[in-house]
Amino acid sequence: MVRENELIRTDISAYLKRYQDKELLRFVAVGSVDDGKSTLIGRLLHDTGEVYEDQLQAVKRATKMEGEEIDFSLFTDGLKAEREQGITIDVAYRYFATEKRKFIIADTPGHVQYTRNMVTGASTSDVALILIDARLGVLQQSRRHGYIASLLGIPHLAVCVNKMDLVGYDRQVFERIRDELRAFTEGLQFRSVTFFPVSALKGDNIVASSTKTPWYEGPSVLEFLETVPVVEEDELAHFRFPVQYVLRPNLDYRGFAGQIVSGVVAKGDEVVVLPSGLKSRVRAIDTYDGELDEAFAPQSVTLRLDDEIDCSRGDMIVKADDLPHVGRSFDAHLVWMTTEDLDPQKSYLLKHTTQIVHVQIDEVLWKKDMDTLEETPTETLSLNDIGRLRLSSHRPLFYDGYDRNRGTGAFILIDSLTNNTVAAGMIIDERRDRQSLDDAVREARAGSGLTPKTQVSPRERQRRLGQKGAVVWLVGLPGSGRWALAYALERRLFDLGRTATVIDPTGETLDSMISAAKAVADAGLVCICAFPTYAVEDRAKLRERIGAERVVEVYVNTDEKLCRERRPDADFSGFVPPRHPELTLTLEHTPLDKAVEWILEDLERRGQFS
Amino acid sequence: MTSATKDALRYRLSHLRALEAESIHIIREAAAEFDNPVMLYSIGKDSSVMLRLAEKAFYPGPLPFPLLHVDTTWKFKEMIQFRDWVAKDRGHRLLVHTNPEGKAQGVNPFDFGSNKYTTIMKTVALKQALDKYQFDCAFGGARRDEEKSRAKERIYSFRDRFHQWDPKNQRPELWNLYNGKITKGENVRVFPLSNWTELDVWLYVLVEKIPVVPLYFAKERPVVRREGTWIMVDDERMRLEPGEKPVLKSVRFRTLGCYPLSGAVESEADTVEKVIQEMLLNRFSERQGRLIDFDEEGSMEVKKREGYF
Repeated sequence: MVRENELIRTDISAYLKRYQDKELLRFVAVGSVDDGKSTLIGRLLHDTGEVYEDQLQAVKRATKMEGEEIDFSLFTDGLKAEREQGITIDVAYRYFATEKRKFIIADTPGHVQYTRNMVTGASTSDVALILIDARLGVLQQSRRHGYIASLLGIPHLAVCVNKMDLVGYDRQVFERIRDELRAFTEGLQFRSVTFFPVSALKGDNIVASSTKTPWYEGPSVLEFLETVPVVEEDELAHFRFPVQYVLRPNLDYRGFAGQIVSGVVAKGDEVVVLPSGLKSRVRAIDTYDGELDEAFAPQSVTLRLDDEIDCSRGDMIVKADDLPHVGRSFDAHLVWMTTEDLDPQKSYLLKHTTQIVHVQIDEVLWKKDMDTLEETPTETLSLNDIGRLRLSSHRPLFYDGYDRNRGTGAFILIDSLTNNTVAAGMIIDERRDRQSLDDAVREARAGSGLTPKTQVSPRERQRRLGQKGAVVWLVGLPGSGRWALAYALERRLFDLGRTATVIDPTGETLDSMISAAKAVADAGLVCICAFPTYAVEDRAKLRERIGAERVVEVYVNTDEKLCRERRPDADFSGFVPPRHPELTLTLEHTPLDKAVEWILEDLERRGQFS
Repeated sequence: MTSATKDALRYRLSHLRALEAESIHIIREAAAEFDNPVMLYSIGKDSSVMLRLAEKAFYPGPLPFPLLHVDTTWKFKEMIQFRDWVAKDRGHRLLVHTNPEGKAQGVNPFDFGSNKYTTIMKTVALKQALDKYQFDCAFGGARRDEEKSRAKERIYSFRDRFHQWDPKNQRPELWNLYNGKITKGENVRVFPLSNWTELDVWLYVLVEKIPVVPLYFAKERPVVRREGTWIMVDDERMRLEPGEKPVLKSVRFRTLGCYPLSGAVESEADTVEKVIQEMLLNRFSERQGRLIDFDEEGSMEVKKREGYF
């Protein structure tokens, strides 16, 4: 950076002109504390002159190591809580520039439990830089990092075999690690995989080539970062323009503002608007700095069209002979980002380009075992799980497979109750043949992709109400006091802040009572019913239809003589006492409120209330 | 040279234009998804750049949101003049809010100390203004390179209904897909300049010819020496310590705030280019000039939790 300093001193204008022209490269650095990642980043910042004098002084003061070496990792430590714990637990962004490029580093921790953070940092990166401790060789963690970087569509992988100083700069150690990891990455999707023998602590092969590794002829890490291609050719194909904002400052002006996701558009190009399928031509590409003849990704521009056609936020402007796929049902890789598990019965919000739609989970196909990287069957996904799912949306999405187009293949899932971002998604599109415009428009106009069903899952109801749906069915002879007990229980539950109701038997049949009880329990309430069920089959039927795990059968075993005294005209024939009720009460010995408490205790024990 | 390589050169965006495109995207996205956004306008160079990006985002239309300045009543005179000129010249709607209780009690940095003063006249005042106008989104000009604790700040920074920022409760941010879903009463701070560095901001001021407050450029100003920095005597309210006597020095400010709390550096740099030159040659990070950071290590983080940024 010495040459640059000279230029700054002597000709600042020339320097600034050169600086303005620098390209931007975003890369993600992955590794745990022990791998020396913070030291490597600190070294990059320090050696490129990005560390300010006062920061350097502060770090020198805080360096805990004895001796004269600076603890480079201290340049990158973050929040206070983390500093106290001595670990990095979130993605941190850092910036530095060299003569050739400006860099944004997404600095992510590499522990197994922090898949979430690596995925976040990787989502915007062109290069993934991972670290391997030369003494330890290729660990499962290294494969995991490689897999995630590939899944997130990062084109270039840079593997730093670190701590070479501790293995005597041994060429064989380096080559063994290189060959072992290369065997693994060959099965992945990278355009390039490059290996570097480095010592972050000593600065070998980080900024400049080291004399300690004469056998290594490749570039230093920084030289690589300065020259690796930023713009890939295929980013210039496939014009995709999601409409972000419609500008209508007056009646004569209607512009569609957005950022070009991929491809190039020129004035006069024929375009088509999705989902309407209407065609028009680009009349003008407007910017604050004047009209452009053509524009390309990732520019933010405003398009005006020749025709007054309907187009709003969430629509996509593309070229008629190069369409994305239009559809409501697709497979995707999902990375689960939150402590609450995926609820496959629940409806989530999905944000894709500038659209937000409702989606339902049709099928959870598998999840990756992060130790073996094998696909294993699963019903759900937990924090840091990566899986493949089939999803349907209520409105069509205009998408490409994520491996072909990161911008139109990526989405996030949002929990509609908590508003949290719960997952990162990457659409899988293995189709070879493209839809015709007619097919795309037909697909866009078709009815909703969702089979009509409830969008509220039992778990969501449970969270709202603080309880699970259940049916308390009181069984006993006429005159046993079942109904009195039922209403007392309802009152008591209500007073405790629970949601419960007794269903009225007047004029009903057993079948209709079972249906009613089931509906009430499905809604998440505690349903209390004392409709007569004398026969064993009747009780078996209600258990089967409502679901045995939701039924609490309470046998109200009042002395038959007492019952007959109370209800002399009732029909006592055919009553078979239940063989295995959840609870048996004898009301002639037990006061009503005591009986109610017993039922409550039973409900509590079953984990009915939260 | 293959045609693909030629294309790669032709369709190449410089880092400054890439940052510009990203910021415009962020501003449009937030304006589209929130009901009632506002842009926090602090009059500084970052605000000036953010404002220009917003003008670009909605050109040729007007900004679909107002500007809000939280006026502590202790800003430099030149800042207030500049603010009013910008609003008038560019035709923007400007809201100005001062904490009425603070004003009534005469809260000032001398009697109350910089911490308490900042809390009352900035942090509390900002919350009051956001509540008063029911803003659900506030654009701020903060950058991640300003201070270590900001390196992990999201572009959409979520605040609960008490305007509290919880570092443990921030949403993951992937690709350019921002989650603007909130419950009524909550709000989000949006930082379109997150990925800009101080040098990027100055460079943009230079190439875009963006007007900034003249205090950024060296000029002879009446100053006194305090805690290793130069404090400007901007008006008669400045309290001088016994024995202190203002002297005329050629100074400029690296960051602007309340004049009794903003330290100046001795400088001859009177153009943007010279300011950048000085900045690059003396690498001292930016917040050095702000006295509020000196109290405690990690103090920006404490302030942020309380709702200040």
